[in-house]
Amino acid sequence: MELLSLSAVELGRLIREGRATAVEAMEAVLDKIEETDETYHCYVTVDKEHALKKAARVQEQIEAGELSGPLAGVPMAVKDNLCTEGVRTTCGSRILENFVPTYSADAVRKLEDAGAVMVGKTNMDEFAMGSTTETSAYGSTRNPRNPEYVPGGSSGGSAAAVAAGECFFALGSDTGGSIRQPASHCGVVGMKPTYGTVSRYGLVAYGSSLDQVGPLCRTVEDCAVILETLASDVPGNTEPVCRDSTLIVRKDTDFTAALKKDVKGMHIGIPIEYISLRDKNNSGTDREVRNAVLKAAELLKANGAVMEEFHLDLVDYAIPAYYTIAAAEASSNLERFDGIKYGYRDRDARELHQMYRQTRSRGFGAEVKRRIMLGSFVLSSGYYEAYYLKALRVKAMIKQAFDRAFTKYDCILGPVAPTTAPKLGKSLTDPIKMYLRDIYTISVNLAGLPAMSIPCGTDGKGLPVGLQLIGDCFQEKKLLQIAYTYERLREGTGK
Amino acid sequence: MAREYETVIGLEVHVELATKTKIFCGCSTAFGGRPNSHTCPVCTGMPGTLPVLNRKVLEYAIAVGLATNCSITRYCKFDRKNYFYPDNPQNYQISQLYLPICRNGYVEIETEPEKLSVETAEGSIIGTGLSGAFQEDGTDRGGPNDKNAYTLGKKRIRIHEIHMEEDAGKLIHDEREDCTLVDFNRSGVPLIEIVTEPDMRSAREVIACLEKLRLIIRYLGASDCKLQEGSMRADVNLSVREFGTEQFGIRTEMKNLNSFRSITRAIENERNRQIDLIESGRAVIQETRRWDEGKEVSLPMRSKEDAKDYRYFPDPDLVPVSISDSFLEEIRARQPEFRTEKMKRYRAEYPIPDYDIEIITESRHMAELFEAAVSLGSQPKKVSNWLMGETLRLLKERELDPEDMRFSPEHLAKLIALTESGVINSTVAKEVFEVMFDRDVDPEEYVEEQGLRMVSDESALRKVVEEVIASNPRSVQDYYNGRERAVGFLVGQTMKATKGKANPASVKELLKELLEEEGCPILNDRYTRNNCRVS
Repeated sequence: MELLSLSAVELGRLIREGRATAVEAMEAVLDKIEETDETYHCYVTVDKEHALKKAARVQEQIEAGELSGPLAGVPMAVKDNLCTEGVRTTCGSRILENFVPTYSADAVRKLEDAGAVMVGKTNMDEFAMGSTTETSAYGSTRNPRNPEYVPGGSSGGSAAAVAAGECFFALGSDTGGSIRQPASHCGVVGMKPTYGTVSRYGLVAYGSSLDQVGPLCRTVEDCAVILETLASDVPGNTEPVCRDSTLIVRKDTDFTAALKKDVKGMHIGIPIEYISLRDKNNSGTDREVRNAVLKAAELLKANGAVMEEFHLDLVDYAIPAYYTIAAAEASSNLERFDGIKYGYRDRDARELHQMYRQTRSRGFGAEVKRRIMLGSFVLSSGYYEAYYLKALRVKAMIKQAFDRAFTKYDCILGPVAPTTAPKLGKSLTDPIKMYLRDIYTISVNLAGLPAMSIPCGTDGKGLPVGLQLIGDCFQEKKLLQIAYTYERLREGTGK
Repeated sequence: MAREYETVIGLEVHVELATKTKIFCGCSTAFGGRPNSHTCPVCTGMPGTLPVLNRKVLEYAIAVGLATNCSITRYCKFDRKNYFYPDNPQNYQISQLYLPICRNGYVEIETEPEKLSVETAEGSIIGTGLSGAFQEDGTDRGGPNDKNAYTLGKKRIRIHEIHMEEDAGKLIHDEREDCTLVDFNRSGVPLIEIVTEPDMRSAREVIACLEKLRLIIRYLGASDCKLQEGSMRADVNLSVREFGTEQFGIRTEMKNLNSFRSITRAIENERNRQIDLIESGRAVIQETRRWDEGKEVSLPMRSKEDAKDYRYFPDPDLVPVSISDSFLEEIRARQPEFRTEKMKRYRAEYPIPDYDIEIITESRHMAELFEAAVSLGSQPKKVSNWLMGETLRLLKERELDPEDMRFSPEHLAKLIALTESGVINSTVAKEVFEVMFDRDVDPEEYVEEQGLRMVSDESALRKVVEEVIASNPRSVQDYYNGRERAVGFLVGQTMKATKGKANPASVKELLKELLEEEGCPILNDRYTRNNCRVS
C-alpha cells in the first residue's frame, strides 16, 4: 500500500488536500495489521469497526473545515497504559484484563482533538516494567526488522507498530528509556520530553516522578508536530483545567519552528562514560553500536557542530538510584490494583486479606512483583533513609552533573542502548543484566531532561542502532534541530 | 499509703473543612448524597488519575494555624501513607508526615476551679480528673510533677502540628446480604488533623481544648465542627503516671468518640482501667482502643505489635507547596476578630451584660448579626434581648446551629423599630420574629400584608370593646360583683377579637371606663346598676 510509506505529516497533507481520506488511511493500516500483526503482535486491542467509524467522522469534520491540523485523519496507536474512554486498557497486565476506563488520558484526548484517529492499544511490558515487551501478560511483541528479536520496551508495541506500518505514529511512555530504547531497536524516532511537558493524567503510573508521555514516529518532523500537539493548550480552551499538578505551562511549544537544517557552531558533548572517541573498549557498548553513533557524530561535526568529549559524573550511580526510586513509587502506585473496584479479582478467596493476596499474586507477573517487593522494602521504616532518601539525593546530584554539562553543551550525544535488540527469550532470566542495559537512558529520567532516539544505522544483522540526543530542560527545540539536521544529512548520504 | 495518679492526655483532632469541593478533585463535599454520587475517577482511585490540590484547603489550614499561634511551614509537602483497606480507593492516603503545614502552636484554655480529685490505690474514685496549669507557657517537658503545684484557671495547650489530608470512603456492612458495600462520597473530603502535645490532665481540660478549637475554627468558617456528624473527631491519647514521676506512662489511643459526653466517659474509664492494671501489677499495652458508647467500655482494636508500617514517602504526584509572603499576608489580613478580642471590645462599646456578651460572641454569625443590627440604629440591649431570648429558643426548638441562621440584621432592626414605635405589640412581634427567623421575611411588609398593626384608632377599639362587653354578660356581672379578675378575661377577649393587634394597656383602660360609665348603653335590662356593688 502506497500510503503506508508516508510519514504522519505527509499523510495529513494528502488528506487535507483531498488526495486521500482518513478512512482510506485507516483501512490501509487495518489491512496491514491483518496481514502482519499475527507475526509481530504489536497490538493488544484493535477495534476495527470503531476505528473506521471514527475515521469516517473525522473525515466529515475535515471536509466541513472543522479539523485542519497536520494530524487530522492520521491513524495512531496508543500504548496500553494510556487510558482510553470505552476502550480496554490493560497495561500489559492480567490484573487489568477487563478494565475499560470512563475517561481518556490528556495526551490521547489532545491528539484526538487534533483529528488523529486511534487504531488500537499497543503491547507493552507489564506496567512498563521491562525493556523487551516480554513481561506482557498478552504475549511478546516481535521486532518488525527481524521477528527473532525483541522490539525493546517497554513501549515495544508502539515502536514495532510504527516500524511495521501498522500505524503512522504512536504514543509511548518513558520512565527509564521506554520510548527511546524500543525506538532505537525498531529504527524509528522517539522522544521523551522534559518532565512536566505532557500531562500524565490518564497515564497509568509506574514511577510518577520519572514517567513522561511522548511520541514514536517515522521522522523528526512528525516528532515535532506530535509534541507540539501534546504540549500545547487545546485551541479555544482559554483556561484549561489542570489535571496534573506536575504539568508545566510552557509558552515555547512551537516545536516545528525548530525544524531547520543547521548545526553550525552548536556544541555537542559526548560523555566518555558512554562512549569514547579514542578508546574502543572503555565501556560496555557494543562495537557496532559505537561505530554507528560515532559516524553520526562525525557527520554532524563535518557540518559545523563542535564535538567534544567530557566526563559525565555519577553515571555508575544512576542504575541503583533509578531502580530504588522507580520501584518505591511503583510499589505505592500499584497498590490500587487490589481486586476491589475494577480489574481481575481472585474469586476463591474467603476473606479480605486473602483476596488481596491472591488477586495480586495471580494478577501481577514476576517482574512487577519483584519491583513491588523491592519498592516496599526501600520504603519500609528503618530503610527509608538508607535507600529511598539516599537515592533521592543521588538523583539531585545527577541533575547537577547534567546542569554542569549544559553550561558547555547545547546537547549531549551518545548511544541509546549498549547493544542492538536482543533475541527473544534471552533477557528475562537475568534481571540485573537487563537493568544494566538501561544505563544510557535512565539518568535522563532522573534529571527530568528531554531526549530523543533517531535511527543512525544498523549492525551486521541488519538490526537498527539509535542515536541518543539529550538536551537541557525545555531545550527540545535544540534537540529537534540537531536531529532534523542529522536526518537530512543522513538521507543525503543515502544511508 | 495510697498512690496517686495523674492523667496525661494528648489529642488528635480531625476536622472536616467546609470547602465546596474535595481536596484533590472537583467533586462536591455535600453531605448525604446518594452513595457514590459525589465521585469521579480521581476520588475513586481509578488508574492514571492524579490529584490536584484545592487551594481553599491550604487557605483554611493556614488560617487555623495562624489562629492557633502556629508557625507556617513555607515549603510543605504531601506524603503517601500506604495501607490496604477497601474504604481507601488508592490503598494509600495522601497526608502530611514530614513537612506538615503548621507546627508549634498553642491554644489557651480556661477551666473552672474544681476539686482536686485523687484516685487511691484501692481504686475508689474520689473525683474525676485533675485540672492544673504548668509552667507559664504550658510546657511540661517531662519534668517531675507535683500535684500541689497545680493551679487552676488559664493554661496553654501546645499544638505539635496541623496537617492536611484526605478522608476515606465509608464501608457499609450488609448483614442480610452478607456483603460489604463502599460509598466513596466522603473519599477525598479535606481534613486537617490537629495534634496536641500531651498537655491535658483531665477530661475537663480536654473538653475546654476542644471547645476552644471548635470556636476558633467556626469563627474562621473553616468547618462547622459537629462531633455527632463527624465533621470534628477527636482521638484521645491517654496515659497515667504517679505524681512525682518524671516519665510518661504507656499510652493508649481511644477512637470512636462522638460527643463530649463520650469523651468524658471514655477518659474516666480509660484512666481507671490503666490504674487498675498498674495496681494489679500488670502492664498497660500501647494499643488503639475503640470506645463503645452504648456499653461504655473500650475494646482493643490493634496493638503496637501489629502496628502497620505505612511506608510514608513524599507523594510524587503533588508538587511541593511553596507559600509566598503575599499569600500568607492575604490570609492573615482576612483573619476575623476572634472571640477574646470581640468580648473585650463589646465590654467597652456596648452597654449590655457580660453574660449576653459571652453568649453572643460564642458564634461569629450571631456576633456579626448583633453588630450589624446595632449599627443600623437598634439599641444594643434590645438586639441582645432578641438574640438571647427568642433566637436561642428557636435555635433550640429547630435544632439549628447559630451559624445556620438566615435572617438579616436589617430585618431584625426593622422589627425592633416596629416594636419601639408601637406599631406592633410584643406578642405580635414574637410572632413576626418567628416567621422572620424561618423565612427571613421583611417585618414591615409582613406586618402590612397580615394586617398586624396595632389598633390604635380609639373609636374602632371602643367598638370592639363594646361588643366584647355585650357578648360576655357573665364576666361583666362578675366585674360588677367585685371580681377584678374578670377584667383580665375581658382584655383577653378583646385582644383575641383584634387578633392581638391592640395595646393591652389601652384595652384595659377602655374596658374599665366603659364598665364604670353611668348608663352604659350596652347594658340591657337584666343588668342594672343596682346589681352592682359600688366600691
